[in-house]
Amino acid sequence: MVQEWLQGLPPFWLGLIRVLLLVLPILILVPGLIWWERRLLSWMQDRIGPNRTGTLNVPRWFPIKSWRGKKLRTFGLLQPIADGVKLFLKEDITPDAVDRKLYFIAPAIALFPAFALGGVLPFGPWLSDNPATAGFYALLTPVANVDIGILYVLAISSLGVYGVVLAGYASNNKYSLLGGLRASAQLISYELAMGVSLACIVMASGSLKMTEMVRSQEGPLWGVVPWIQNWFLFTPYGLISAVVFLICMVAETNRAPFDLPEAENEIIAGYHTEYSSMKFAVFFMGEYAAMFIFGGIFATVFLGGYNLLPVNWLAIGDSVPALSGVMGFMDRLNYALAPLWFLGKCAGGITFYVWLRATLPRLRYDQLMSLGWKSLLPLAVANFIIVAIWIMGTAKWGVAGGWIAWAGASLLAVLLYLQVMSTYKSGFPDMQRRKVVLTDGIPNAPVGAGAD
Amino acid sequence: MDTNLIVFLAMALVAAVAAVGVVAMNNPVRSALCLVVNFFVLAFVYFSLRAELMGISQILVYTGAIMVLFLFVIMLLNLGGRGGTLEERPDVKPGIGVGLGIALFALIAFQVLFPLQASATPRAPDDYGLPQTVGRNLFTTYVLPFELASVLLLVGIVGAILLAKRKM
Repeated sequence: MVQEWLQGLPPFWLGLIRVLLLVLPILILVPGLIWWERRLLSWMQDRIGPNRTGTLNVPRWFPIKSWRGKKLRTFGLLQPIADGVKLFLKEDITPDAVDRKLYFIAPAIALFPAFALGGVLPFGPWLSDNPATAGFYALLTPVANVDIGILYVLAISSLGVYGVVLAGYASNNKYSLLGGLRASAQLISYELAMGVSLACIVMASGSLKMTEMVRSQEGPLWGVVPWIQNWFLFTPYGLISAVVFLICMVAETNRAPFDLPEAENEIIAGYHTEYSSMKFAVFFMGEYAAMFIFGGIFATVFLGGYNLLPVNWLAIGDSVPALSGVMGFMDRLNYALAPLWFLGKCAGGITFYVWLRATLPRLRYDQLMSLGWKSLLPLAVANFIIVAIWIMGTAKWGVAGGWIAWAGASLLAVLLYLQVMSTYKSGFPDMQRRKVVLTDGIPNAPVGAGAD
Repeated sequence: MDTNLIVFLAMALVAAVAAVGVVAMNNPVRSALCLVVNFFVLAFVYFSLRAELMGISQILVYTGAIMVLFLFVIMLLNLGGRGGTLEERPDVKPGIGVGLGIALFALIAFQVLFPLQASATPRAPDDYGLPQTVGRNLFTTYVLPFELASVLLLVGIVGAILLAKRKM
């Protein structure tokens, strides 16, 4: 019934429903995310955290006798709402020296990509690529199932930095400017590795569409085990891509340990030093929305999207006929409650963000750069080449041949890396002629050498 | 009026105004931002022409990477002080520039407009601009130019390393 009603709607209203189904849950969930982060962080740091707001004392005249004098606890769940009210009512200070237009636009620009990012994320299954036969969820999600899916994600996520950079510039404050500069340098450094790591998955799944990427993860594991889904996290190349992507996604959302643009001990609060009241809240909300959506992107690309578990229920039902009833039920459950599983994975992503924040100290600027350029990018590129070799091997010699080709290529890459590192450690050719000296195994030019 | 035309005119207007803003603003950061807006809206013009891959590449490469780098350099050199730092003396240069610009515009318009008016199929074919089509063409018909472009980029990277690491 619902399906027919939706199909009968004009495209405009259907599109509006899709957009609302994306934006409203995020808006509703952001306070919950903030509460979750604060409680989890305090638990990890052996503190109590916000646990009071929203506790109700049941009055003495209450009709139910056994409830009188008891407390109704919400574990501080109303704290973010209280914070929101506080931010609304705070004095909104606009410093005199700011570039007024850019100063007001910047928070809006920071918020836009965070929400727009989710435009291609499917939170429910598409049974086939044709919208007419793709089932119920295809009517509701994603906002647009475009051919360029994952490229859209990359493009929009790279726009996120403009809000930060403009805020830093418009504030007319040295610390803010430093924050904006750091943000732009950080984005440029990590976007490349992120793009290449996603390109590996695009090659392996053979499509840029997010819905197809999820469907390609529903195949048999490694092309061999039919009962388990081939989530890219479980494949060796996908694991490397996932690690690279995970680091880059933390860096792109400016979260600890990559929160250099707002490092409070170095540059006060970085780009949002001069922002108060609701304008600060908008930055805050954009950050959490982006975290949430990036968790969803990670889930879609590496964790099988809206599937509950990496299990092909129907395949198990086929192999063990005694279980076919149960497995059929599980398959239907997997389909019907798909948005719930997807939401769970997004929440897992947020939890991981918090865990990282509680665990790792902030990177130094040179560490940030060397991690991005010297570790992640070469790793992602090597992985890219190896995936290409694996695809070619699979196409030529079948599944087993593909994995042998993968192993050979990986071995070669590791040997090459060791060789390069040993050359690097033992010194460089022509060192005498070029007057290079080693300090702690790192080549350093003496003063004045090679300046010609 | 046709809805398509209204959408196109709106986007074209924003793009054109932003393009003028790039040269008209006397604050480098604002000029760069105008260029960002221009690139961004241009991508939507591509979208409306069904060239999705082209449009998203435009956003990804120009808006998302190159312009961020531009802003980074402008801010690093601290060119964007208050009140603007770029002030030119009255000169004949703007006049000549405007004249040459109009001439270039007329030249391109002559080349493009008449063939477009004469074309009988206003809509692109169905597989036009899809990633699959573009990819297949790149790796079959245009594989040599494509590889040459890659080599050119590689040369650029090696050259940059050579320039930056001269002392090693």
